[in-house]
Amino acid sequence: MTVVRESLIKNSKKEKLLDNENIRALLLFLLSLGIFLLFWEMGAKLKLFSKGMPTASLTIKELWYWVTHPFYKNGPNDMGIGWNLLISLRRVAIGYTLASLIAVPLGILVGISKVAFKAFNPYFQLLKPVSPLAWLPLGLYIFRDSELTGIFIITIASIWPTLTNTAFGVANVDSSYLNVSKTLGASRWRTIFRVIIPAALPNIISGLRISMGISWLVIVAAEMLLGTGLGYFIWNEWNNLYIPNILVAIFIIGIVGIILDQIFAYLEKLVSFGKS
Amino acid sequence: MSSSYLSKKSTVTIDRVNDTQISLRHISKIFPGRKGWLNKITGQASSDFVAIEDINLDIEHNTFVSIIGPSGCGKSTLLDIIAGLSTATAGEVLINGQVVDKPGPDRGMVFQNYALMPWMTVQGNIKFAVETVFPKMPAKQQQRVIKENIQLVGLTGAENKHPHELSGGMRQRVGIARALAINPQILLMDEPFGALDALTRGFLQDEIERIWEQQRKTAIMITHSIEEALLLSDRIVMMTKGPAARIDEVLEVPFPRPRDRTTVESHPDYLKLKQEMEDHLYRETRAVEAARIG
Ligand SMILES: Nc1ncnc2c1ncn2[C@@H]1O[C@H](COP(=O)(O)OP(=O)(O)OP(=O)(O)O)[C@@H](O)[C@H]1O
Ligand SMILES: [Mg+2]
Repeated sequence: MTVVRESLIKNSKKEKLLDNENIRALLLFLLSLGIFLLFWEMGAKLKLFSKGMPTASLTIKELWYWVTHPFYKNGPNDMGIGWNLLISLRRVAIGYTLASLIAVPLGILVGISKVAFKAFNPYFQLLKPVSPLAWLPLGLYIFRDSELTGIFIITIASIWPTLTNTAFGVANVDSSYLNVSKTLGASRWRTIFRVIIPAALPNIISGLRISMGISWLVIVAAEMLLGTGLGYFIWNEWNNLYIPNILVAIFIIGIVGIILDQIFAYLEKLVSFGKS
Repeated sequence: MSSSYLSKKSTVTIDRVNDTQISLRHISKIFPGRKGWLNKITGQASSDFVAIEDINLDIEHNTFVSIIGPSGCGKSTLLDIIAGLSTATAGEVLINGQVVDKPGPDRGMVFQNYALMPWMTVQGNIKFAVETVFPKMPAKQQQRVIKENIQLVGLTGAENKHPHELSGGMRQRVGIARALAINPQILLMDEPFGALDALTRGFLQDEIERIWEQQRKTAIMITHSIEEALLLSDRIVMMTKGPAARIDEVLEVPFPRPRDRTTVESHPDYLKLKQEMEDHLYRETRAVEAARIG
């Protein structure tokens, strides 16, 4: 018996390294990345792709340059990518914060009151599917300022997911929590702040996460038509017809997107308390 | 011992005549059906459903009452009405002669699904109840009440855990501590051990018996377990099947207190009472099945 068990333990230890899902996934990832870069490099060298397609090595070299020289300034059309990134992040931060300050309280109100839900739902339903970029001309007309217009677009874009998720979470709080609160004779305010909002927090956070994702999508598109930021960086490189820098910018936008999303994934985990 | 018990019993019966604490008068509950032309067109119309009809019951101070009956007969409906979570269609609930139609901290409730707030710790859940019911109590005293009740249900050491880190049995201990911490006159329990395995269930029954001996609060408990009802109750209310469920019979349980499993099971009346309840439940449940097939 014990011999069998020992050999089992030994075997499982030996197999552990290759059996581990994460390690296998990492190996597969590295392999596919290698093949992809090789294919890209060879294809570009042999001119298999369209004219002007840079090689992988050139793109990586550019990426290294931009990452090691993030902050320099030679006028608005020649700035380190770090500055542009900070400009985009600043717009997102302001617009997104404004949107959240509107969406969370309004969502709570709408979720609590059936009347408010019925009364305001048509607005949300109508405005939710409209592309945020449709507001761009209106923003420029109203504000006559590209900075304010960018923030306005982000606010409009990121309001809806937070609002609808918050309202849903608040309206669907587990009735047994509400019953506990009722049997204790808790006041309406106490129930809202101590029971309903904490219970809806997972929904609120996932709404905020979707909103953040949308803000980051929209800011790049909006900035192509505004003046600065990562979106403008891409637009500018397009005018210069220098493709490697566009690829560099795409990569950096993706990485920042992942980081922003992971922050919210962490917050979601923090408030889930065993429910996933 | 047994003679003192007998004399005690006779005085208790005399007391009970004018010592009514909870009085259910002609309580009925009708769940309205779906009506209107829209429901008719979509074929979703349904008629009204009479869940319970004309329930009358008097419960004396310091009595432990169990309600037992076939599944779906309306036990939870009745308990929710007593708790004030739902209103009776007809009839009234009197507590100490006063009509009650709202929930209140004079009644502590233990839920089948524990109903603990997952974002609060064990201590936090109990604290929420204490702070809600006694907002003016000094913090020190609140802390003492919380600690005492955690001790009472045997949860010392788990104060700072969240519910998802606890086993089902421990969660229900928190539920019980929370209900007792507000010092209610009446304890209401809807299948408090329904979601637990047999062994844990047994432990918690013993705990309830021990705590009840200490505090002797009037308690109403819904259960599906005959043994549980016999171990804990002074009276057992047996309900008929629904719809329009009524009280069929009320059994007096004469076992002396304090009780434990073995002394209860060896009492001369135990088997007779158990048989009576089994017959009742079998009859009503068979009628439910027959109605379903027919
Ligand atoms: N909100 C409601 N609307 C319509 N019918 C309801 C509603 N709540 C309960 N009922 C019906 O009333 C009857 C009694 O329900 P109740 O939950 O009180 O039964 P129960 O005796 O507690 O059952 P169980 O032993 O399964 O817990 C059931 O037939 C149920 O379908
Ligand atoms: Mg029930």
